[in-house]
Amino acid sequence: MSATSVETTALADDEALEGAASTLKAAAGATATLIALVIVWEILAREFQIPSWLLPAPSLIAQSMLEWRSELIGHSLVTLYETLVGFALAIAISIPLAVAVVYSRLLQNTIYPILLALQSMPKVAIAPLLALWIGFGTLPKIVVVFLVCFFPIVVATTSGLTAVPSPLMDLIRSLSATSLQTFVKIRFPTAMPHMFVGLKIAITFAVIGAVIGEFVGSENGLGYLILVSTSQSRTPLAFGSLVLLTIMSIVLYYAIALIERLVVPWAPRN
Amino acid sequence: MSKIEIEALHKTYASRNGPVTALADVTLSIEQNEFITLVGPSGCGKSTLLKLIGALIRPSRGKLLFDGAPLVHPTRDVGIVFQEAVLLEWRTVLDNVLLPAEILGLDRARSRARAMDLIALVGLGGFERRYPRELSGGMQQRVSLCRALIHNPSVLLMDEPFAALDALTREELGFELMRIWDADKKTVIFVTHNITEAILLADRVVAMSPRPGRIARVLDVGLPRPRTIAMEFTETFKSYSEEIRRVIYQGKGAERT
Repeated sequence: MSATSVETTALADDEALEGAASTLKAAAGATATLIALVIVWEILAREFQIPSWLLPAPSLIAQSMLEWRSELIGHSLVTLYETLVGFALAIAISIPLAVAVVYSRLLQNTIYPILLALQSMPKVAIAPLLALWIGFGTLPKIVVVFLVCFFPIVVATTSGLTAVPSPLMDLIRSLSATSLQTFVKIRFPTAMPHMFVGLKIAITFAVIGAVIGEFVGSENGLGYLILVSTSQSRTPLAFGSLVLLTIMSIVLYYAIALIERLVVPWAPRN
Repeated sequence: MSKIEIEALHKTYASRNGPVTALADVTLSIEQNEFITLVGPSGCGKSTLLKLIGALIRPSRGKLLFDGAPLVHPTRDVGIVFQEAVLLEWRTVLDNVLLPAEILGLDRARSRARAMDLIALVGLGGFERRYPRELSGGMQQRVSLCRALIHNPSVLLMDEPFAALDALTREELGFELMRIWDADKKTVIFVTHNITEAILLADRVVAMSPRPGRIARVLDVGLPRPRTIAMEFTETFKSYSEEIRRVIYQGKGAERT
């Protein structure tokens, strides 16, 4: 009995180790490929003397990022703020809504089609309307972020809340558990890994949402900076903003993945 | 008074092709502390009967008495084990076992002590803090047995509990279950499609046949306890086995001729 279990644990440890090693290997491979691409880009840009307003060499982008660092940091913070507030708002509204949808057939039939319609509307097209209604401040950007994040979280949480295996529901019913007990002890924890899938999808949309909002009308944020610098042919600065947006998106994604590991360590990993 | 009394019980399900009779005219009395196995091919209604006894579904017709009173709502006097262990992955072994106690609002300290005893009883002492994913299928099913026993129910319902396990683990758990039952007697109703398992465990085997699900024969197993593997090879055991096989497939045989 104990011999077999020790074996299983050792096996699990081995697997974990192997997993970590392969993750590291994959990361190293990706980094090497990225560096190689940047070098090729640099060589091509110099060799063919591509004008910097068309396609700046990586060295030129880095240089302009250093030169404009205080502006870049300032605009990044604005975009980050819009992203995080919109995302938080989406979580705060989506999860209770998913719970309501799961517990009410009426809501399921009435709200779901509306959600789908809302999701089907291109956010780029809604953004100008938002500017019209609530102006050019931070709020319309937050609303766009909210709109793009909202749907994946609702859908994932809803499917998670209904993913309780039926024997488990039978067991709970045989104990005459209250709905609150069922929700707190079974349904919500079951839904959490699903919910995090939605959160990870949503956070990658969130930064895009903020930039869309800024494109429509704004006086700060990285989206604004891209718009302004391209119109003034400061292409290296536009690329610099793009680099920061990408980094922001990736860092936010991994932040959510990290929180997932801490909050739902039992979630399947891939 | 019998522990459970079933009289002319019918269960009909609605389906796309009209009503389907899952269980027809089932009459059975189950005594206190009896070990009953329900055996039969799929579609014979054995799991339906188990769910009816657990009050997880309502009968279409007929009488179902539990301790002499009509059974309407699930009673806390029942523990259930399913084919899958369905443990909560975010809870340790100990906390999984304690789940029913929490839901029923039982005394924490006393439940904890009982849980520790049960975990030791099924041979999982030292695994209290482990998570389900760290356990083998057989170990998970032991945990699920502890969970079914934590609130000390007088009836234990088991729906093909060892069917997903390999043959050796299955045998091992069967004997372990009998040992536990012997030490702390309960009324056990155990569903299986394995005839050998059904005979080896039971005081009485209820052989069921399909379309519609009904009781084909109730067989008293005259083998002494404790049961041993060697009993499987006796003439008595073989004759039980043949008898059950014959009555289970009787309906089909009649159709063929």
